[in-house]
Amino acid sequence: MFLALRELSFARSRFVLMGAVVALIAVLMVLLSGLSAGLVNDGVSGLKRLPVTSLAFQHDVSKDAAFTRSVVEDTAVATWAGQPHVAAAAPLGVSLANARTSRGLEIDFAIFGVEPSSFLNPRAAEGHGVTGPAQIAISPTAVDAGVRIGDTVTLEPSGTTLKVVGALADQNTFGHVDIGYVDLRTWQEIHAGVRPGDPVPDRVYHEITAVGVRAADGASVDLTAGDHAAGTTSMTLHASFGASPGYAAETATLQLIQAFLYAISALVVGAFFTVLTIQRRTEIAVLRAMGASTAYLLRDSLLQSLFLLTASSATGVALGVAAGAALESTPMPFALETTPIVGATLLLIVLGVAGASVAVVRITRVDPLTALGGSR
Amino acid sequence: MTTVLSLSEVTVEHRDGEETLTALDDVSLDVAAGEIVAIVGASGSGKSTLLAVAGALTTPTSGTVHIGDIDLSACTPRQRTAIRCERVGFVFQSDNLIPALTALDQLRLPLTFGRATHPDGPRDPAEMLASVGMEHKAGRRPHQLSGGERQRIGIARALMTRPRVLLVDEPTAALDRERSQEVVALLAREAQAHGVAAVMVTHDHDVLHHCDRVLTMIDGRLAPTSA
Repeated sequence: MFLALRELSFARSRFVLMGAVVALIAVLMVLLSGLSAGLVNDGVSGLKRLPVTSLAFQHDVSKDAAFTRSVVEDTAVATWAGQPHVAAAAPLGVSLANARTSRGLEIDFAIFGVEPSSFLNPRAAEGHGVTGPAQIAISPTAVDAGVRIGDTVTLEPSGTTLKVVGALADQNTFGHVDIGYVDLRTWQEIHAGVRPGDPVPDRVYHEITAVGVRAADGASVDLTAGDHAAGTTSMTLHASFGASPGYAAETATLQLIQAFLYAISALVVGAFFTVLTIQRRTEIAVLRAMGASTAYLLRDSLLQSLFLLTASSATGVALGVAAGAALESTPMPFALETTPIVGATLLLIVLGVAGASVAVVRITRVDPLTALGGSR
Repeated sequence: MTTVLSLSEVTVEHRDGEETLTALDDVSLDVAAGEIVAIVGASGSGKSTLLAVAGALTTPTSGTVHIGDIDLSACTPRQRTAIRCERVGFVFQSDNLIPALTALDQLRLPLTFGRATHPDGPRDPAEMLASVGMEHKAGRRPHQLSGGERQRIGIARALMTRPRVLLVDEPTAALDRERSQEVVALLAREAQAHGVAAVMVTHDHDVLHHCDRVLTMIDGRLAPTSA
């Protein structure tokens, strides 16, 4: 680091300029990471909080739209409950609805239908959970939007009215819409488009979206065998995220942008160190003629790039986190999470050093003979 | 006196397209400790190739080069690098100091390349800087120094690891007459003081009286000249 640190100090304006570019990339990376985490939370936080290990959907349902297309006979619940290593199985209904509160607030809900006695029925942090028909327990994000416990929610266009009886502890959203838990029979009527007072065909009460399956502790359920027995198509809870509206497209887009950002970062750093190495050819020839080994020169240059990348990434991440903290208080889906930010920062540094490595390999091709005047 | 640098029947040939050019033709040269030998000659006569061969920067096509008891021709590239670090000091033209380093750091630099193998260890950078009269400019960088000052620092830097051989490439190329005399006088004094075998390539005939021997390079062959 003898030379590296002194060159960083001597050519500080050049390195600060380069560091600023890396820092800006790091800021962008933190903001993208936060946006990505926020969108994921907005899209599937309700699914993440389901106490299930897998979900059994309609046989051969389209895997990217299973929650909206799947219709499963409720007899599949008992079949799944009887499978080896299954601790519990319960029916789950999922549909989207437009609603208006008694205060005149228009809001969309993802209506999750569960049996009040099942393990799928979440506990409320305020008020109480769903205990019977015509009740709804909502995500706290709906409370943030202006819905209050005690309000009456009217679903459109069916006119079904539900009383807000509780608010859940954590964000519960699905497809960027707040989740409202209702009793399963209520959900089945809503899903069938039954208006209050209309006769309800019996088959309506036998249709659900999926079977929520919870494996016994430490055990793994044979999903293929269960599907074969119940006539369903199962997905693990994590795999089911891809079946929520827009999830795959959103995450793929953001991952693509992040991948481009990493590639751009590696290329920018590589280009910078390529130019720097070319500019230093005479100096490197002199150093090699004086007896500096190739390992010494490579180590010095790589440590220089590592120092530059670490310092500028840390600065960029700090700025990005500060900007992100401000964004978190806005309605924008944004969530600062330590693990993805640390992971992305390390990846940025590693790829930057990789870019610099390709550039500084040119050092090995500098002939020390060129240090002599007669050979230049 | 003990011979430190010995070139024996050294020939260096280069390929130039279809042709083979002979840069050094059967050159033999012995330089003793404390002796300074000047090599003069026209551009392209082979002076720099002689320095390159003597300084382990290139290997001869035939013949042998010894620094002390080490046969450079038998060394691997890694060993040659170590020899340059430990046993050879180079003085380049005045623009070959490292721009980012202060005068004192220029002298510290060779000590960072590896562990000093000389029994007496490396020299003290501050003392060495004082010995060439540059202690008052220890914090200056090359662009803040004159050509003569840069060359003084270059000489001090070359002697930091207590080399056995000092190879000097056109040390007065960018200096006026007065500075040239000062620099070469310093070179000769330091070479003698430190018992180093020095070879200086130069076009400057006004500085040759500082040297013990003067040889002329003509078309790759060495011939004696009176100093």
